[in-house]
Amino acid sequence: MKRARCFLLRGHFWVGLLPWAWMLLFFALPFALILKVSLSTPELAVPPYVSPFVLEPGAALPHFRPDLASYRRLHDELRALGLAGADLQYLAAWGGSLLLAALTTLLCLVIGYPFAYHIARSREAARNTLLMLVMLPFWTSFLLRVYAWMSLLDSSELGLINRLLLAAGLVDAPLQLLYNRGAVLVGMVYSYLPFMVLPLYANLVKLDQRLLEAAADLGAQPWMTFLRVTLPLSRRGIVAGAMLVFIPAVGEFVIPDLLGGGDVLMIGRKIWDDFGPNQDWPMAAAVAVTMVLVLIVPIALLHRHGRANGNGAQR
Amino acid sequence: MSARARAGATAWLVVVYAFLYLPILCLVVFSFTAGEITTELDGLSLRWYAELLRDEELIAAVLLSLRVGAFAASAAVIVGSAAAFVLARCGRYPGSAAFAGMTTAPMVMPEVVIGLSLVLLFTHPVFAFLGGRGVAAIWAAHTTLCTAYVTVLVQSRLREMDRALEEAALDLGCAPLKVFFVITVPVIAPALVAGWLLAFTLSMDDFVLAAMLSDPGSTTLPVLVFARLHHGLKPEINALATVIVAVVSLAVVIANRLMLSAQKKRMAAARHAAGISPAGRSAVTLRDPDNRSEWIAHP
Amino acid sequence: MVQDSDSGSRPRRDYLRIEGVTRRFDDTLAVDGVSLAIAEREIFALLGSSGCGKTTLLRMLAGLEAPDAGRIVLDGEDLAAVPAYRRPTNMMFQSYALFPHLTVEQNVAFGLWQERPRLARAEVAARVAAMLELVQMQRYARRKPHELSGGQQQRVALARSLAKEPKLLLLDEPLAALDKKIRQRTQLELVNLIERVGVTCILVTHDQEEAMTMAGRIGVMNEGRLLQVGTPGEIYETPNCRFTAEFVGETNLFRGRVDGGALHCEDFPAPILLPADADPDDGGEAWLSVRPERVALSRAGAAPAGAGCNAAVGEVAEIAYLGSHSVYHVRLANGRIVIASVASAQWRDAAPPTWGDAVRVAWFAPDGVVLTR
Repeated sequence: MKRARCFLLRGHFWVGLLPWAWMLLFFALPFALILKVSLSTPELAVPPYVSPFVLEPGAALPHFRPDLASYRRLHDELRALGLAGADLQYLAAWGGSLLLAALTTLLCLVIGYPFAYHIARSREAARNTLLMLVMLPFWTSFLLRVYAWMSLLDSSELGLINRLLLAAGLVDAPLQLLYNRGAVLVGMVYSYLPFMVLPLYANLVKLDQRLLEAAADLGAQPWMTFLRVTLPLSRRGIVAGAMLVFIPAVGEFVIPDLLGGGDVLMIGRKIWDDFGPNQDWPMAAAVAVTMVLVLIVPIALLHRHGRANGNGAQR
Repeated sequence: MSARARAGATAWLVVVYAFLYLPILCLVVFSFTAGEITTELDGLSLRWYAELLRDEELIAAVLLSLRVGAFAASAAVIVGSAAAFVLARCGRYPGSAAFAGMTTAPMVMPEVVIGLSLVLLFTHPVFAFLGGRGVAAIWAAHTTLCTAYVTVLVQSRLREMDRALEEAALDLGCAPLKVFFVITVPVIAPALVAGWLLAFTLSMDDFVLAAMLSDPGSTTLPVLVFARLHHGLKPEINALATVIVAVVSLAVVIANRLMLSAQKKRMAAARHAAGISPAGRSAVTLRDPDNRSEWIAHP
Repeated sequence: MVQDSDSGSRPRRDYLRIEGVTRRFDDTLAVDGVSLAIAEREIFALLGSSGCGKTTLLRMLAGLEAPDAGRIVLDGEDLAAVPAYRRPTNMMFQSYALFPHLTVEQNVAFGLWQERPRLARAEVAARVAAMLELVQMQRYARRKPHELSGGQQQRVALARSLAKEPKLLLLDEPLAALDKKIRQRTQLELVNLIERVGVTCILVTHDQEEAMTMAGRIGVMNEGRLLQVGTPGEIYETPNCRFTAEFVGETNLFRGRVDGGALHCEDFPAPILLPADADPDDGGEAWLSVRPERVALSRAGAAPAGAGCNAAVGEVAEIAYLGSHSVYHVRLANGRIVIASVASAQWRDAAPPTWGDAVRVAWFAPDGVVLTR
């Protein structure tokens, strides 16, 4: 028996070695590199930065000479907040991102909650199909779904919505529908709605119908039953869904790039620009570090509530 | 529910499904135009589908994406199952919490951050042996991302599995390693298949990681589509979208059919053998056998 | 139920020896120095509430847990160094643990497939067929486990654990997953089957009725310790401690101080006469256990009981009518409840007492059992 246990322990060690090594190399190490590069100085080179670890001649160990310029820039913008004429591009991008992500989350919740609720309350035979129909767009190409909105919202008289409006005589000239915040919001809600609906559904479908009957039996009006029973019991689903929408929405880059105009600043786009056209990798890394720091709270929330939500599903 | 409430519920379902499907429907309809404009049905034709077949750049991108997807999904199933096994079976040990965090974090990190971090790795002079940016880098990035999803899927399946099954096999004279392949793997097989398919679609669909890690020789389908969207819209993209929607719908419908018939068989069997509770399967798993709602519900 | 009819040799008395086996989980002792000898072909039940260590003990016999101390010797072989997959023991799990991806016959064959040297295909098929016939499941050979009822699953699990002809059959709560009706019928079926096969068997259960129906001897466990070993009759009629007395069946327990052959108990109006063969220390604390069916109930006005009887008057507080008998809760003047189980036949001539009636409870001194721990 002792030998068998030893074997198992050894077996576990070897099984664990592969994922441990993989995650250290392709997740932990890259994150350490982000930290390092965020403390580096940009330079025209390949890669385009100078390491903060400087090996001086004669020294055995490299010196650590962090360049805080990237963080200082973010800090300066914070200090200049409220001053007229200050250049606040990063702060504005942050604000835009958080605002859009929050609006997206709210809209997804408002649309998705009754939607998920009614799916969960529909006939059992129909639920499967209804749920599959929510998943289906999610499995098709994300880019092409955004593209669909590009042709719907096109601002010329060729745009589908504009053509409808013109034909109906509601407007005289085509509306500027694309390349603004509204377009980005529509695209984000469209893309992220399944992320809200699925955890809500998973939660609501478990809701014991007898609880609602008990509440009604005790004299509660339907809306009171909803407020006092259904809503509190689905809290975990709401938090999980909201975080699953909010977190990727903050870092979203593709949708604002395709549907938003040049003035729709978002922080994901800022990272992309600094990384790509601007070749300022230390700045991109510093923004990424702040993004991780900002998102730690919602990620922790998701971890706590999402886990409980999932465990509930097994009970 | 009153008749009015029921009508309201149905109306809301119809409205939201319309919101989800009308844009896709438009894409499909206008893919059959004979003209050059993506929002006008200027005569019916399959012109753009023929164009699609002649588009060598696009076909190359599709093939590359399929290849990367298949390899990334396979690697993710291997790494993810191993990770799930460690998470579900090894209990607590020094570093176990860090490991749990690491394996699932790619699921909740914005892709831009993951992409940037991996670019820094692959361009770092010390890690030049990894080959720099290119197909291999995209494969590694997709594997890392998909591993998180596979881990969650397989882990929940492992936790759901009755440990007594493995003990029974041991008790009947099966050596531990053999138990894993003869009992554990077949029992969690549905999760492995679901994980592979999920990983494959994620990889096929990923733009951000692929774009950041691509070099001129490694244009995956999403990278190519993104570039084309910036160059101006052509109904060819509609045709491509229609093909993808058709393939995915077909696959999902077939999968659903298989799942439903399996479920029906199981229900009939359960009815036949009245008054029993087959061990350890919740109603939720029956309805949702590949835990689609579960992976999304608790990363 | 030690059998020695169909084979010539007498079964060995200590076929399985468990010597001082201990198992600790973190800081709780799950199994605490258990020693036990079990005869060949005996059916032995480990009885206790959940968490008493009985399942851990069973799992140590199967090799799924390792003891921290002690020895397990089966048929002269020390099992300490033998891993689970080489032990000549087979277990039927509480959840049955039928492999969901294998058919009934594949499940039964699974253990035979593991034999080294390999068994011939035909032999495996023949033994599987014989096993399925034994449990009358031939018709279901091609079914998957989830297509079976609970009772059928239980039979397949039994066939699977018997297929390898183990030296020791371990049953973990064999019938707990079944409905009550099926359970009672299955208990005897199972015993008959095990006796027919002639395998030594240890079963674990929390259900005293199951243990008493199925086993020849019972070991009562609590908090990791084996408290008493005996036949069902011995366990019920002469418990050796309060736990056994209260766990197996219902009882009236009186606590008091022993003085001059009587128990002085605050709960009872008079000193309680003790059975003559009991010999507790004078002045020591002791308990007296009296089973409800040993307590006689009569109307208070009837003639008082004779000598050698303990009696007290009270009023009926509760009655539970159970058909064959009724259980009366009688409240004495000091508030103490005495439980009496009265056969329905007793009230053939008169109306039975009802709530609030004054009644007398009485029992013969030899019907009590003195317990000192």
